[in-house]
Amino acid sequence: MTVAVVILLDGVLYAAVLFLVAAGLTLVYGVMRILNIAHGSLYALGAYAGTSLVLVYLKTGGPAPLMYLALLAGAVVAGAIAGPLVERLLLRPIYGREEVVQLLVTYSLFLILEDVMKLLWGVDPYYVAKPYAFLGTVTIAGVRYAWYQLLLIAVALATGVLVSLAIRGTRLGRMIVAVTADREISATLGINVGRVYTLAFTAGAILAGLGGALVAPLISVAPGMSVEAIVLAFAVVVIGGLGSLEGAALGALIVGITRAAAVQLFPEIELATVYLIMVAVLLFRPRGLFGEWETRRI
Amino acid sequence: MATVLETHGLTKSFGGVLAVDDVSVAIAPGEIVGIVGANGAGKTTFVNLVTGYLKPDRGRIIYLGRDITAHPPREVTGLGVARSFQIPQIYASLTVLENVLIALAAREGQSLRAWAPLSTRVREAEGLILLEPFGLTEHAARPVSELPQGGLKLLDIALASALMPRLLLLDEPTSGVSSAEKFGVMDTLVSILQARGVTVIFVEHDMDVVTNYAGRVLAFSEGKILADGAPGVVLADPAVRKAVLGWA
Amino acid sequence: MGDPENMRGGKALPLVAAAVFGAAPLVLPGWVTFLLTLAVAKSVMVLAIALLLRGGLVSFGHGMFFAAGAYTVGMAMKWGGMREAVVLTFLGVLAAAAAAALLGLLIARYRGIFFAMLNMAISMVVYAVLLKLYWVTGGTDGIGIRTPTILGVIPERESLRLVMYYFTLVMTLPAFYAVHRFWTSPLGFALRAVRDNEVRVEYMGTSVARVIYAAYVLSGALGGLAGILTGFSVGHIVPDLAYWTTSGEFVFVAVLGGPASIPGPLVGSIAFEFLKSYAYKYAAFTWQMTLGVTMLAIILFMPGGLWTIYEGLARQGRQWRLSWKRTG
Repeated sequence: MTVAVVILLDGVLYAAVLFLVAAGLTLVYGVMRILNIAHGSLYALGAYAGTSLVLVYLKTGGPAPLMYLALLAGAVVAGAIAGPLVERLLLRPIYGREEVVQLLVTYSLFLILEDVMKLLWGVDPYYVAKPYAFLGTVTIAGVRYAWYQLLLIAVALATGVLVSLAIRGTRLGRMIVAVTADREISATLGINVGRVYTLAFTAGAILAGLGGALVAPLISVAPGMSVEAIVLAFAVVVIGGLGSLEGAALGALIVGITRAAAVQLFPEIELATVYLIMVAVLLFRPRGLFGEWETRRI
Repeated sequence: MATVLETHGLTKSFGGVLAVDDVSVAIAPGEIVGIVGANGAGKTTFVNLVTGYLKPDRGRIIYLGRDITAHPPREVTGLGVARSFQIPQIYASLTVLENVLIALAAREGQSLRAWAPLSTRVREAEGLILLEPFGLTEHAARPVSELPQGGLKLLDIALASALMPRLLLLDEPTSGVSSAEKFGVMDTLVSILQARGVTVIFVEHDMDVVTNYAGRVLAFSEGKILADGAPGVVLADPAVRKAVLGWA
Repeated sequence: MGDPENMRGGKALPLVAAAVFGAAPLVLPGWVTFLLTLAVAKSVMVLAIALLLRGGLVSFGHGMFFAAGAYTVGMAMKWGGMREAVVLTFLGVLAAAAAAALLGLLIARYRGIFFAMLNMAISMVVYAVLLKLYWVTGGTDGIGIRTPTILGVIPERESLRLVMYYFTLVMTLPAFYAVHRFWTSPLGFALRAVRDNEVRVEYMGTSVARVIYAAYVLSGALGGLAGILTGFSVGHIVPDLAYWTTSGEFVFVAVLGGPASIPGPLVGSIAFEFLKSYAYKYAAFTWQMTLGVTMLAIILFMPGGLWTIYEGLARQGRQWRLSWKRTG
């Protein structure tokens, strides 16, 4: 019984972080039809930036609760800077080009960002446990759980709802939907497609960074975070369907709980189970749970 | 075979818009059929359905007595059907001749051979002969990217013709081709096809081409066949003139 | 289909190359010969990646075939007591081809990002398996590859480096030739056609999936060969061979050398092997960034890679020769 509770709680926690990262990935894909291999690096960037900002803030000795703002601010600033930069400089020149080129370019970006982070933050791991430890623990069904973890889940949930509402309710959101559905018609309707692209990509970067920053107090922030993140996020997006926010949520839950179960029950094949689910989905329902099959397959 | 191609109640809609509406038609071997209609009347959708690119919502397609409804393009092609496209579908990174050689190898069923060269004396000779009616022989060694728009169109048709089909569907074969070349190419092409006994269905906007080369005309309007008969009759029909040509 | 000038250059080049490569170790220091051996061995994998690139596909997981070949040989030596290099090479290539034939059934249906990431994901599973089944694969320690026998003869210690160099050369020559035949064959053209226009390929009655599958199996076999030959020279194999970074480096070299030719992968691989040995020493922190920036530069400004430089020079050379002929 306890194991089941652990799996559920840990699974939902994984899912929360995965959702944020995958939501960013799927949003960018839906709007721009580019699957950004460097998205995991944006996640890592948020983790580093958030962690650094918290460490800096803690040195100033201000009131402890504000450190959460520092964490969030780090993520948002990192995404807000990296997003437009990457989109304008790297992605704009390759929009019309074939997929192979886009993959190679985002892969190059990934390599570059990895070393940029190494240069800025070095190779030693960063630990900032204060945001995690500060809130204390709670016992749920006999299992010790940190309040911070619940907070993380709540923030992820709220973000998901907010993004969903923003897309449906705001003018920008509707423009995003329009551009996603048909780029050319949107342009003739007077929508500044370039600006929508930049905004969508930046939103995606911020979401990824948010995932990284929120998870940072639970782990050690070190080089190598990006790869696992992108592969898992890709698996989530494959399972949930490219371009679908609900798919990202459901996919994240599936992957998160599966991973938690594997860690508890079959630790040897932990990561392999996620990949195997992805392979299974690709075999039986290639467009994912909520995805639309666009690619013409003759 | 009494007919080369039959469709029975062929229907296809896209998100509520009926593109092809209950179309039934029978084409006899050797016929040269022109399809006319305003934009969006369902002409290209019809060609896409017949060649297997799209699956019909309802209806059947019979080719040489075989039901080929919803068979993919690869299978339909294998049975002897070939088509050219509104926007030329060619291999842009290769030369004109290489494009044709690939088609020839495909016709021979040799596409998957990995050791013997594609370019043999025999194949090259055949390829050059194939390009002649289209005036492309002198461009054979040039990369496709250097061809003018009209040349791309002609190459597209050449590729379809290279497969030696029994039924050839051409989607707007002369659009983009210069007026000077148009009739020369069509003259040569049609006489070659007729000599081979190929059945031809071509979609056209140029009424002169239709009048000169089609033995029968199908006028499409809003997904249905409005009129079906000799070009002189169909194109003089007031209903057709209104729907297709926009004349009152 | 090419002008006579081209043909002449085309025929001379392989002979010149063969002479250069044949004589090289006799004049170069030992460590250069060693790096050259590795470069030639790995170039076969680069060839495999370049093959797929010309079909419009990129795989970030081909390290798994590299590892498949290497580990088949390693385990055959360790557990099967085998020692003959030629036999082992054939065995390893067969294993890698079989793996590609199996995986290809799933993977050849995909393109673009799915193709790339599926390969990556499966290679990570392979990596995990190599790591976890340590009682068979040696885990993180890997497997040490003893000196094999070449056609029954155990090489002398002093001449081992030379022997391995020539062995590698001899084993890669058929691979280069096979790929050359491939590119001029209907299948090779079909692969390029697939990249240009899948719809047209299907409308010619050719199965795109079959073309990609065939190319995938060939690329897997080539990757396996590269892994085997590298394993023999280095003398040690580790699970890292299947890690995505290994695969990524091969992709980089393919882009660097220029995928549009056969010599490109060879040139790129040699350049890379030497650059790597210097860069690791002096700029470990910026190695990946250097790769990334270089790859971007090539993609955006010189998509044909390093080979474009050679082609440019060759064209210049021909023009000069022609102008001399005219002026008499």
